[in-house]
Amino acid sequence: MPSLTEFLIVAAILFGLGIGGIILNRKNIIVLLMSIELILLAVNTNFIAFSHFLNNVAGQVFVFFVLTVAASEAAIGLAILVVWYRKRRSIEVVDLDALKG
Amino acid sequence: MENALIYIALLMGLLPLGGALIAGLLGKRLGRSLTATIASSMVGMAFLLSCYLFKVFVMDDHAVVDQAFYTWATAGIMRFDVAFLLDKLSMTMCMIVLFISFMVHIYTVGYMADDPGYTRFFSYVSLFTFSMLMLVLSDNFLLLFFGWEGVGLVSYLLIGFWFDREAANFGSLKAFLVNRIGDIGFLLAMAAVLMYFGTLTYHDVFTQAPGMIDKTLSLFPNYQVPVITLICLFLFFGAMGKSAQVPLHVWLPESMEGPTPISALIHAATMVTAGIYMIARMSPLFEYSQATLSMILVIGGTTAFFMGILAITQNDIKRVIAYSTISQLGYMAVALGASAYDAAIFHLITHAFFKALLFLAAGSVIIALHHEQDMRKMGGLASILPITYGTFVIGALALCAIPPFSGFYSKDIIIEAANLSQLPGARYAYYCVLAGAFITPVYTFRAIFMTFHGKERMPLSVRDHIHESPWVVLIPLILLAIPSIIAGEFLVSKMIFMHPTLLGDSIFVLPQHNVLSQIHDYKSAARMAVDAGLTLPFWLAIAGIVVAWLFTLQCPQWSEMLKQRFSLIYRILLRKYGFDDFNQIVLVDGTRDTGEIFYKTGDVKFIDGVCVNGSGALIRWFAKAGRQLQTGYLFHYALAMVLGILFFLVWYGWGL
Amino acid sequence: MTEFFTPLHLIFYLFAFIAIGSAFAVVTVKNPVHSVLSLVITFFAMAGIWMLLSAEFLSLILLLVYVGAVMTLFLFVVMMLNIDTEPGRESFVKYWPLGLIIILLLTAMLITFVSPEYFGLMRVPAPLPEPSDYSNLQALGNVLYTQYAYPFEIAGVILLAAMIAAITLAYRGPHRRKVQKAAEQIAVRPEDRVRLIKMPAEPKQKGV
Repeated sequence: MPSLTEFLIVAAILFGLGIGGIILNRKNIIVLLMSIELILLAVNTNFIAFSHFLNNVAGQVFVFFVLTVAASEAAIGLAILVVWYRKRRSIEVVDLDALKG
Repeated sequence: MENALIYIALLMGLLPLGGALIAGLLGKRLGRSLTATIASSMVGMAFLLSCYLFKVFVMDDHAVVDQAFYTWATAGIMRFDVAFLLDKLSMTMCMIVLFISFMVHIYTVGYMADDPGYTRFFSYVSLFTFSMLMLVLSDNFLLLFFGWEGVGLVSYLLIGFWFDREAANFGSLKAFLVNRIGDIGFLLAMAAVLMYFGTLTYHDVFTQAPGMIDKTLSLFPNYQVPVITLICLFLFFGAMGKSAQVPLHVWLPESMEGPTPISALIHAATMVTAGIYMIARMSPLFEYSQATLSMILVIGGTTAFFMGILAITQNDIKRVIAYSTISQLGYMAVALGASAYDAAIFHLITHAFFKALLFLAAGSVIIALHHEQDMRKMGGLASILPITYGTFVIGALALCAIPPFSGFYSKDIIIEAANLSQLPGARYAYYCVLAGAFITPVYTFRAIFMTFHGKERMPLSVRDHIHESPWVVLIPLILLAIPSIIAGEFLVSKMIFMHPTLLGDSIFVLPQHNVLSQIHDYKSAARMAVDAGLTLPFWLAIAGIVVAWLFTLQCPQWSEMLKQRFSLIYRILLRKYGFDDFNQIVLVDGTRDTGEIFYKTGDVKFIDGVCVNGSGALIRWFAKAGRQLQTGYLFHYALAMVLGILFFLVWYGWGL
Repeated sequence: MTEFFTPLHLIFYLFAFIAIGSAFAVVTVKNPVHSVLSLVITFFAMAGIWMLLSAEFLSLILLLVYVGAVMTLFLFVVMMLNIDTEPGRESFVKYWPLGLIIILLLTAMLITFVSPEYFGLMRVPAPLPEPSDYSNLQALGNVLYTQYAYPFEIAGVILLAAMIAAITLAYRGPHRRKVQKAAEQIAVRPEDRVRLIKMPAEPKQKGV
């Protein structure tokens, strides 16, 4: 059985990749949303790993709820994206500068 | 008895005020002649009351009455009262002021007959009389200052009486402002008195004065100034403004823009003598400050001599008399400096008579020539205006100190006092007044010769209409000429040589300064007149008359030659030693330019630019810099968040 | 140490590499469809790892709900939005070295924090295997409906809210469609359609 460390390292790498997707991408919003999913996935992995090694089922319950919320958030995010696309005809990240000061 | 006297004095003071209010507020309704009658009769009644009070206090030697009517304000334990001090000095001054004022009121009926501001003039003149009486009658510094300021104000109103003339406005402002500068000194003196003596009443201040001789104040770290000297210096500074001593004399010539009656009243007889009166009144203080007395000697002498010289070069008849006034005020100041206070007041009295006479006579000439004031356009008027000519000559002889006219006695005593005084600066003052005894007849008789003798230089159109002035103008002239002739004789022994003097305890002289008691060879007034032939001033005066005759009538080409040979000096004299230029360039323009600098740099650049706009611009700059952070791009914001997380992790990790 | 290379390790490393590789692909590939599909693969790999951690229910739920619903949704949207991938634009921001450094730093720190000395098998020993009648589902159910019933209900409400929100956002009403509203048609009154005006008669002009 791999030690807890290795699971956590995997989660950490996934987390880093997710962050990279958020701050380094210039392609479109879809990648942003997917990076968020990656982050959430990494966090969930952390919970599961701890739940397993500490013999506590609370971690898995928490993952349950995180999953729920992640799904609903993805749905709403995509709905917003659709509305935006209808208005602006583009989902390039650089075109989302309406909040420019 | 005392109460009655005080109330008589109060009535005497308020009558002119009543006349002023009636003339000012109801003048238009009452009509010209009624207004004139009311105002003049009010002042006339006041004059009669003053004569009565003079008899009571001076001739019957009544004790001094010092009583307050009305408490104006209290501050802590300080009380500021309206209070009168009735003693010989104040009664004498009141009588003189009211006499001259009464004469001027009568004269005005004729002089200002065709002026639209007739009733306003009477109102102002009566108001002036009231202020001057308050000044004279007061028994504390505060009421004196009230009168002081009052006469300054009315002087401004009267000089600028013809307010649609720019020269009049300029003159009135100049008079007021220069007066104000003197008033600063007076205010500082009042403050010092209040601070060190704790009271503003003369009586209390004078009784405390001997105990304050040694009290000093350190103005500069290592330099101690005696308090009494400081107070007296400031008081004299105030007197310099009012009594036109150099360098605060510049307003008096400009004040000739006002009508002639007020030149006679204010700028010959009364307001300008307020400073002299004030110093005489404060003699218990001034006696303890030798430094101030020396300074008064020096400045008085300078004024007497140098201003006299300026009168020689003037062409406007009123300006000649104006400079003569300044010069005579210098004489009075010299007398004060030599501690001959009685002599100063004596000269004040005689000067009031003959200078008012000279002004009014000049005014008579002016209206006869239809308001022409330039002497170069006069001449040969002696036969046409005999009474005016006669009174003018009487006044001139009095001014030039020819015996037995009044001016001789007072001026001679002053010269003698300056000679006997031991204070530093007395020698200089003596030479100045001695030289003045020569200069005075030069300009006076030059004026007479140019105006009344010689060729007739006026335009023909005016020539045909010249006639003697109406009786309402001539009567004051005659009434003033009488005292100019005899006042000296009658008063000299009583004022100077009898013990106690006319002014008695009003004046205080320290024994070591008492020069008047050193004049021993006095026998009688008549004898003094005859003995004048043995004195230097008399022959200087005669020489002056002869010189004037020579240069004006006999060989006028000599004066032309002098003008060319000494053209530099002549030009300096024409520019009045540059006092006016200095004031204009350095003070007026300088202040304006400084204000301009403060405005442009201080106000516009600094306050508006840096502080107001600058702070706005700073905020805008910060906002602009801050705005760069608001790119609107989500990934920039996410980057910021990640940086924050990183920071926290590092911080946390460091702790571990 | 002694149990370094068990078959479990092998499976774990296999799945781990697949997950990381496809996660990298999610972020970097140009085609958005490819990127969605890479995410799907990542989820599959993670599901395998979760199974290793004996969270059977959740790993299957991951596949059913996440891949089956959410990723499908992503694909729908990607297809619907007609995204063209122009090669001209820069894919990565200008400051990508800085960003890369930050990410590496972050990841390195995270990894340091979970280093073996804290979480290795010495400190956190491997758990005992479960008894054979252990049902992960039952264990979850025992807790979920009793101790965590309240958050469970709230999760339901959240889902409801999300649904309403999504519909409200995206629904445009009858779009480019002409509809008859019968009720309005019947409710029309003659006064709304016709108006009678009275005018004085003007005589015909002569000669016209």
